[in-house]
Amino acid sequence: MDMNEIKEIFFQECEEQLAELESGLLKLNDGDRDPETVNAVFRAVHSIKGGAGAFGLDDLVSFAHVFETTLDCVRSNRLEPNQDVLKVMLRSADVLADLTNAARDGGSVDEGRSRQLIKELEALANGELPQAAAEPAPKKAAAAPAPAPAPAATEEGFQPVAFSFDEFETSEEPTIEPSTYEIAFRPKSDLYAKGNDATLLLRDLSRLGEMSIHCNTDDLPPLDRMNPEAAYFAWKVSLKTDKGEDAIRSVFEFAEWDCELEVTLAGGDAGDAREELPMQPVPFDLSMLDEEPAAQAGADEEEDQAVARQREVRDAAVSAAETASNVVRMAQAATQAPGDGGRSASTSAAAQASASQQAASAATPTIRVDLDRVDRLINLVGELVINQAMLSQSVIENDTNGTSSINMGLEELQQLTREIQDSVMAIRAQPVKPVFQRMSRIVREIADMTGKSVRLVTEGENTEVDKTVIDKLAEPLTHMIRNAVDHGLETPEKRVAAGKNPEGTVRLTAKHRSGRIVIELADDGAGINREKVRQKAIDNDLIAADANLSDEEIDNLIFHAGFSTADKISDISGRGVGMDVVKRSIQALGGRINISSKPGHGSVFTMSLPLTLAVLDGMVVTVANQTLVVPLTAIVETLQPEASAIHSFGASQRLISIRNSFCPLVDVGRILNFRASQANPVDGVALLVESEGGGQRALMVDAIQGQRQVVIKSLEANYTHVPGIAAATILGDGRVALILDVDAIVAASRGQSLKPEMSLAAAG
Amino acid sequence: MKKRVLTVDDSRTIRNMLLVTLNNAGFETIQAEDGVEGLEVLETANPDVIVTDINMPRLDGFGFIEGVRKNDRYRAVPILVLTTESDAEKKNRARQAGATGWIVKPFDPTKLIDAIERVTA
Repeated sequence: MDMNEIKEIFFQECEEQLAELESGLLKLNDGDRDPETVNAVFRAVHSIKGGAGAFGLDDLVSFAHVFETTLDCVRSNRLEPNQDVLKVMLRSADVLADLTNAARDGGSVDEGRSRQLIKELEALANGELPQAAAEPAPKKAAAAPAPAPAPAATEEGFQPVAFSFDEFETSEEPTIEPSTYEIAFRPKSDLYAKGNDATLLLRDLSRLGEMSIHCNTDDLPPLDRMNPEAAYFAWKVSLKTDKGEDAIRSVFEFAEWDCELEVTLAGGDAGDAREELPMQPVPFDLSMLDEEPAAQAGADEEEDQAVARQREVRDAAVSAAETASNVVRMAQAATQAPGDGGRSASTSAAAQASASQQAASAATPTIRVDLDRVDRLINLVGELVINQAMLSQSVIENDTNGTSSINMGLEELQQLTREIQDSVMAIRAQPVKPVFQRMSRIVREIADMTGKSVRLVTEGENTEVDKTVIDKLAEPLTHMIRNAVDHGLETPEKRVAAGKNPEGTVRLTAKHRSGRIVIELADDGAGINREKVRQKAIDNDLIAADANLSDEEIDNLIFHAGFSTADKISDISGRGVGMDVVKRSIQALGGRINISSKPGHGSVFTMSLPLTLAVLDGMVVTVANQTLVVPLTAIVETLQPEASAIHSFGASQRLISIRNSFCPLVDVGRILNFRASQANPVDGVALLVESEGGGQRALMVDAIQGQRQVVIKSLEANYTHVPGIAAATILGDGRVALILDVDAIVAASRGQSLKPEMSLAAAG
Repeated sequence: MKKRVLTVDDSRTIRNMLLVTLNNAGFETIQAEDGVEGLEVLETANPDVIVTDINMPRLDGFGFIEGVRKNDRYRAVPILVLTTESDAEKKNRARQAGATGWIVKPFDPTKLIDAIERVTA
């Protein structure tokens, strides 16, 4: 692995951390005061800063640093994360995301914005508690008031000597005249307890120059009174070095609180100083470093065999996994370790496994696979499904007694095929969360631009749907959100005047409903102004001045091309993209969009999309000797109409009465022009279907053949778009069957026959 | 024999950097993602030196260090803390928990190896 790969990992991690950051901030915004939420938010920024520092991404580091400092104030309860504070933080998170993207892709950042936010963040950190401030310096002073590294300094008297290895290195540069220092060094037992070692310190000292060491063993008690953990020795070192006192002190950087240390510049000859000392000089030999350090003696017990074996296993696991990702590494070690039998090993392995599972949920380990490969697999599985269906069919045709083991085998095959198909689909399924999260930023930006106060509530973020659908969802959704805030919500003043909360709410919901994903975007704004829409439609010649339209039909007018009800084209919505484009992109996904609006209470846009663009549960029906497939999700029930239930209505319309309500009867064969005149309903079967917002219709077909899963083959890709037909499939007997576009059929049944241009307009 | 280093850090980026740096410097590296996992793998990792981050989910660096120091077998193993700038407060807390020394971020391979060599024989 090289640095570029690690950098790639860093940016991946940044994305995860940014998502974590945003969702944490939103939780805080909703009143969550769990310290772990605050910690997670803090850690996210902290991690980004840490990685950015390692790659020298200075802009990112300095912004993250200020952000982190402010978050630290929240973490230590010095700053209450109220709505105002969180507003700044959410915007800061956006800037952090921008900076990250700029660092990766080399784009530019709105510097004014990030400078402004740095100011705001600093103000927050300073404003609430002037002393415990945004900059680390005052904090240091408060934490460590001790003026000098006195030998007797306690833990609390810790003195933060600003030191870095850089300084250590540069301090070698200026040539200081070699001078002799006397160093008196007496470790406390704590020094050993913290894993430091006097011998190592002396070794480092010896690297600074010429040195003579004498050990004072005066305090060493007789063996029977000796505490093996205590520190009894002191050293007197005479060091001739040109590195200066700072270099000497830096050797003791890690140890200075746990020892008595005096460094003095000897006037002349080092020998004089030594003689002044009332101690018994004992020659001290650094070569004993080759032995195990004394302090580690405790850890030097013989390893029992189990431990040794564990270690081997571990070695193998580690080296085997060298090229794999870390998560995989841990998981491997975890699964391999139990083999060696030791109790501690298996418990720790189990714990490890759970740990890596947790890590998995936190870090979402991924493998990158070319989408093409997955698609190829999906295609192949589709062929397999068709093939399996064909095989079943020919077995049934040739083996009429139906009891043979072949049948059982076939049933199992069918089940397996289905499972394989589901699993393959699951590879492409992704939660809508990333798209939803992107929306909260959009909302913030538009709220800022329009001066409106908006809260975005998301639900069902973990609802999964095919990746293609997700990818294509972001754009229409962005546009709809913009619309909802810009056109849907009123200004705070108007809202207050209407007796509403000045803060508008936009609710984004995802859920699975009968094999489709339904995404709902609801605002609590003023609702659609039907008078205005109607007038506009008349002005634009979309409808006749005297057209008699239902409320629903008026609402749906906004999906017409070039339709905008905002009096002025605003910055936000007037980007040349209308709701018609939204509608078309949803339709291209095999989806439907619908609006319902309540004056004064807001509008709800409902999008219903297929979970996958590859398979469909369908009812196979016959219409005028043609085999068609009706998506099962659309069918409410099927019934055999009786003559007494059929009623004529107007010139050619017929209704069917179902449980005391009337439902328009639609002859599919007639609508699709399979036959010239309407068939007799009593001869066929009625499929009661429900279309998005269109109410119920009874679709007349001649007969039902059965129900099965079909693999969708796009008509557009292989032929051309056919109004009323959504796609095609290949049935078990090898025949091609068309899949009905129920909504288009229902829409077409509202008076007009199905023509290409009508199918789009009428579907609206 | 190669020295064994146990690294504990929740950041995938830093973990990878530690891994590459330590392997290149001839150390054997065992990695954990947070304090809890660090303590879990401690026995099997049997490290000669530990490098740990402070800010981590589940169990932070302070808690992890205390845990290591409570383990009879590893209570004297050198522990280096990865810390930012010269955050005195954090260093102090880490020392109280039993840290041996620290490595100041931003992460730098030379610093890391230097610090490890300082605390190991």
